Amino acid sequence: MSETPLSRTPLNAVHRAAGARMVDFGGWDMPVQYSGIVDEHNTIRTGVGLFDVSHMGEIEIRGPEALKLVEYVSTNAASRLALGQAHYSGLLYEHGGFVDDILVHKVADDSYFLCVNASNQDKDFEHIKAHNTFDCEVEFASPKYAQIAIQGPKALSVASKLTGANLAAVRYYWFTDGEFAGVPARMARTGYTGEDGFEIYVAPDAAVAVWNSIMDGGAEAGIKPCGLGARNTLRLEAAMSLYGHEIGASISPLEAGLGWIVKLDKGDFIGRDALVKQKEKGLTRALAGFEMRGRGIARDGYEVVLDGATAGWVTSGSPAPTLNKNIGLCYLPINHAKVGEKIGILIRNQTVEAEVVPTPFYKRSK
Amino acid sequence: MNYPENYRYTKEHEWVSLEGDIATIGITHHAQEELGDIVYVDLPKPGAAVEKSKTFGSVESVKAVSDIYAPVSGEVTEANEILGANPEKLNEDPHGTAWLIKVKVSDAGEFSHLMPASEYQTYVGAES
Repeated sequence: MSETPLSRTPLNAVHRAAGARMVDFGGWDMPVQYSGIVDEHNTIRTGVGLFDVSHMGEIEIRGPEALKLVEYVSTNAASRLALGQAHYSGLLYEHGGFVDDILVHKVADDSYFLCVNASNQDKDFEHIKAHNTFDCEVEFASPKYAQIAIQGPKALSVASKLTGANLAAVRYYWFTDGEFAGVPARMARTGYTGEDGFEIYVAPDAAVAVWNSIMDGGAEAGIKPCGLGARNTLRLEAAMSLYGHEIGASISPLEAGLGWIVKLDKGDFIGRDALVKQKEKGLTRALAGFEMRGRGIARDGYEVVLDGATAGWVTSGSPAPTLNKNIGLCYLPINHAKVGEKIGILIRNQTVEAEVVPTPFYKRSK
Repeated sequence: MNYPENYRYTKEHEWVSLEGDIATIGITHHAQEELGDIVYVDLPKPGAAVEKSKTFGSVESVKAVSDIYAPVSGEVTEANEILGANPEKLNEDPHGTAWLIKVKVSDAGEFSHLMPASEYQTYVGAES
């Protein structure tokens, strides 16, 4: 345990007053649960809930050559974004491993808004700045934003009550700027739960009022505040990557099954050469989803066993409340990362059978 | 939370009650709250020996797995069968119907060395 005091979001007192269980999450004092992980998980799948994700970082890139810098530091093709559109992308090192996974929003032709992971934000900013040989400025913008995620099938109707913006017209992975609950906001139809919903960016000093407005506006719909515990089970069912688990500095997007965010044909970018080489040589390992067949729950870091020998590791594992199964993601030798493959998970010194299954584990009906 | 006065408690958040030489062992309200939604409970079978301060089973929640330590030594006479099919009972009634095991104790003196309710209450108050 470090002696450094934990960082707090502007909503910290709200969480505490509501009786949330707080944990140290990468140096942030964050709510892990309110009513319980399973209850919150089910609320998001069937109704609507909200998350404080103000710990996430924001980086703004502005200037005539903003696009050139974004293209150079990230893997996806930002040139293909329209105004008001966002996409998932990667920041890589030269060797092809992840600095971070990010969301890139195109605000204007000369302005891009990046949402990055809380614990990586300083590193991301330094990394981008270090590669800024272009005519643009890079701003560490985290202090300017709180972020609240409204998620679930009823998120659209609840969020729509609080803004004049036509949220129904905002497509998945698009965003609009306007007023939300009476304050300037960026409303993005994005999320980390596998459900429909919005991520709302507002000024930190407006966060408490916005949070309370959403709680009031969603009361009829049975809205509940949700914590990071449910956020994790929700994203795992949707097989979305978590930095430090499925992805990290020693893992490439190709290995992580994120080839779709890598546009090798877009021109040079950091890490491109390494990925081209990796592709030519062929991958040796790949991320795979599995379901437990034997009794037991795989947890992050458990070993994967093939023919009695360690062959990989579990990156995330948990009971899946929606599916009523025990699921996980793991790295496997490439020739074993196939649906139907039987694998063993070493759970507390016992090998328990599991089977590779297609991902995502859960997909909402549209 | 009301911690029964006639139980004794451990720093690892187990409770024990003693009737004659039969100890009933469970986990505390505080423990179930820390764990959250409980999905599995692994317990020893009747006849198994448990040893004070050694792990005899585990409780697994959505977010984590946790060992359970024996507060006293002895031989298991009964494991609570309702927890196999209904592990969530442990969240609902940890001090009552969701006890874990009953043990024929080998040394009743071990019981009196454990924390009384008031001390445990202070302990969890201080811990959280």
